[in-house]
Amino acid sequence: MTVKASSGFLSRSNFGPKALAILIALFLIMFLAVPVAKVFIVAFQDPSTGSFTLINFVDFFKTSLFRESFWNSFYVSSVSVVVASIIALPLAYFTSRFNFGGTVIIQTLGIVPLIMPPFVGAVAMQLLFGSNGSVNLLLDEHLGFTIPFMEGLNGVIFVQSIHYFPFILINLSAALANIDRSMEESALSLGSNGMRLFRRIVFPLSMPGYVAGASIVFIKVFDDLGTPLLLNVNNMLAPQAYLRISSVGISDPMGYVISVILVIFSLFAMWVAFLALRGKDYATTQKGGGGLMKRDMKPAEKFIAYAIVLFILAVVLSPHLALGLLSFGTIWSYSVLPDAYTLEHYAEVFSSAGDFIKNTLLYAGMAATIDVVIGTAIAYIVWRTKIKGRKILDYLAMSALAVPGVVLGIGYLRTFYQFDVPFKDIPLANYWLIIVIALAIRRLPYAMRACVAALQQVSVSLEEASESLGARKMTTVKRIVIPLMTGGILAGFVTSFATAAVELSATIMLVSSEADAPIAYGIYVFMQSAAGRGPGAALGILAVVIVALGTYVSNRIIQKANQKNAMSPDQH
Amino acid sequence: MTQNKSTAGISIKNLGLSFGTTEVLKGVNLEIEPGEFFSFLGPSGSGKSTLLRAISGFGPDPTGSIKIGGEEVTGLPAWQRNVGMVFQSYALWPHMTIRKNVAFGLEERKVSSTEIDGRVDDALDLVGLKHLADRTPGQLSGGQQQRIALARTIVVEPRVLLLDEPLSNLDANLRVQMRRDILALQRELGLTTIFVTHDQEEANTISDRMAVLDKGIIQQIGTPVELYDQPQNRFVASFLGTANIIEGSITEGHFVAEKDFKIPVKTDLTGNIYLVIRPQSVTISETEVTENNRSYSLKGNIEYSEFLGETVRYSVLSNGHSILADESHLRGNKIVANGQDVWVEIEKDQILLLDR
Repeated sequence: MTVKASSGFLSRSNFGPKALAILIALFLIMFLAVPVAKVFIVAFQDPSTGSFTLINFVDFFKTSLFRESFWNSFYVSSVSVVVASIIALPLAYFTSRFNFGGTVIIQTLGIVPLIMPPFVGAVAMQLLFGSNGSVNLLLDEHLGFTIPFMEGLNGVIFVQSIHYFPFILINLSAALANIDRSMEESALSLGSNGMRLFRRIVFPLSMPGYVAGASIVFIKVFDDLGTPLLLNVNNMLAPQAYLRISSVGISDPMGYVISVILVIFSLFAMWVAFLALRGKDYATTQKGGGGLMKRDMKPAEKFIAYAIVLFILAVVLSPHLALGLLSFGTIWSYSVLPDAYTLEHYAEVFSSAGDFIKNTLLYAGMAATIDVVIGTAIAYIVWRTKIKGRKILDYLAMSALAVPGVVLGIGYLRTFYQFDVPFKDIPLANYWLIIVIALAIRRLPYAMRACVAALQQVSVSLEEASESLGARKMTTVKRIVIPLMTGGILAGFVTSFATAAVELSATIMLVSSEADAPIAYGIYVFMQSAAGRGPGAALGILAVVIVALGTYVSNRIIQKANQKNAMSPDQH
Repeated sequence: MTQNKSTAGISIKNLGLSFGTTEVLKGVNLEIEPGEFFSFLGPSGSGKSTLLRAISGFGPDPTGSIKIGGEEVTGLPAWQRNVGMVFQSYALWPHMTIRKNVAFGLEERKVSSTEIDGRVDDALDLVGLKHLADRTPGQLSGGQQQRIALARTIVVEPRVLLLDEPLSNLDANLRVQMRRDILALQRELGLTTIFVTHDQEEANTISDRMAVLDKGIIQQIGTPVELYDQPQNRFVASFLGTANIIEGSITEGHFVAEKDFKIPVKTDLTGNIYLVIRPQSVTISETEVTENNRSYSLKGNIEYSEFLGETVRYSVLSNGHSILADESHLRGNKIVANGQDVWVEIEKDQILLLDR
């Protein structure tokens, strides 16, 4: 059972992965690097002569609307971080410091907002918190004053903070949970306590987690297009970029200048998070340890804590509640609650919006498939082969994180307007497939992380055992690696699918006809008119159900995979 | 399956291997006879596992030559070597049943399914776990997983069997039982076997011959007794068992070390040397002893003692040097107090002198 080695064998065994790596690299260059580069080039190009210039940036800052948009975006993002922190801090504090019965509610709070993209609930929030919304009507009637929750930028801040605070809560809670009790106990035994102990030990150890969460919130809000657009707040950067391109045209340089600024801010926020986390792998828990010291709450403290948690829960659930009311309500205007309830909106959605749903399932399904295929391939190439330059694939795929949807959309329009789809007489930029590719590129970093995590759970010796028993690399991948990664790959697929299903910012730029549009675009279109709000909300509820189911399923899969892995012999 | 005709010897010539710029194996030369039970013994980082993996076809490409049964295997991928490897972690595939795990290598060899069934049953029988065939690896204990890993490897009738620290994940009692079972199995199959371990007791009890490795270099090859009794260098002397090793030099028929330490010796060696003496060849006495035919005598006093059960280990400070002496312990024996003046007797024919 020995086979003579042919001289070209080693190069042949490497041929497959190498060819695959090159194909993936070409795909990423074509659909990520080139479009973004194009955006940058146009931003620095004189529109008439084509030579290098900074004049577009000068023009940008000379225009008062753009200056205002810039500051508004900056202001909204910063204040959203502050508001989100105000929501997240007490919650993280209660769970990490006390034996608090409400911990389950708090954990739920960490997920609930994430299953609904902010733009979906934005309009509904106006009906609940707007100047003529339920809350202000009640306030005016009983207390004689109103609060401008939803006026202009306030509305964007309010909606964004409610939706994105979980990023801070999750990261901060994880950082706090990772502080071993012995850290605190050794400080106590060395004579430190109270605020001093908090300031010198607990605070610095949890800081990286907080900064990481805060920077995510900053980027998400800074880049978000859907929420300001639906709230009709146009004097911010992302909406301006969209409006310039969609109204003035793809040759107007301002959209590109704004895109460059968006990318730079994204990179900056990621850099801050990187600095905060670099060299600070503060996972100090040892076996049997676990978290900071917890104490029981006194009755009064418990009352206050529950009051705060339930209040936050009510606020966080309000978009879902409002959306639900809007989708079942007949007319809801200048009243606390809708006049009557009906199923008509759902009926309308199912009869007229079937295309939106069909398109969404098709696009998100295809995008998620592309993501896990590329994600698995990159994971294997980077972690299991020695191909030169393999890390570049990883960086290239991850760099999609720094590219806001608007920017990718603009880049695609500019780059692929000149390419016609083979056998069809339309530009690639207008073809539905480009939406799928945009979604795939946008979700790729997350799917790839899931695939890498799954691969890292597969011990190399499991592969070596297979090779040593006579299986070639391809056979080993097919019979050992892929089966063992299945759980992680599925989880990556579902997450990609669920988030791609409600992506708006890149999609909105690329939808060329309503027949090709997915659900997110449909919600946007419906919400434009007062009459469309009901069906829009029904469609929104549908989207929420898709995302919620997706999140639930992927959590189940991850749990199952973890259980299975806990039993695997390598974990002993 | 008593005498294995297909088993092969291993011949390694001038093998070198580097991870990047770090050399982990240097000038390794080794001949292992067909049917031999051979061990690689060394501390962690000595290169023993790397050498084993190089033989099985894993890790960076080495320089030099590895021949199995006379066939050059360097450059061959692992799946063409027909070398059986049992991994430290067992590496059983958690998504397959025990039967599927064991059948895997035969399936890759395109053996007919009826033959696979028979051979899998035989292999499972051999390790006494046929009744667990339909379980998954997660449902088995560590010792059972170990046996399955062995069955999975030997079922394909490899030319040689490589075991990478196979006992390190088992608890102490099971380890002793398992190493006897492995040896019995090896004798039954007559299969050339290499066993990697950092545990000298394991290597001593199981091996026909063994190689001691340190810093990527084979320090010495021999039977366990040869290595213990005739270590060729300081590392082997100190790694196998406990030894008193004193640095010094030969002057005028005496071994001389720092601080007036001086013993007459008969040797052809000159210059800088090590004097090696095992603690069981040193005895202590509370009454004065003078040099005689059998032993030299030195005066000293007790620094500390360690009660080990069957022996008491004394450290005696004599002319600025600490010398360990093991006294066997019988019930009722008193332990000599620290600070007590004693005479140390060193048996002349147990002294070993090594070049420095």
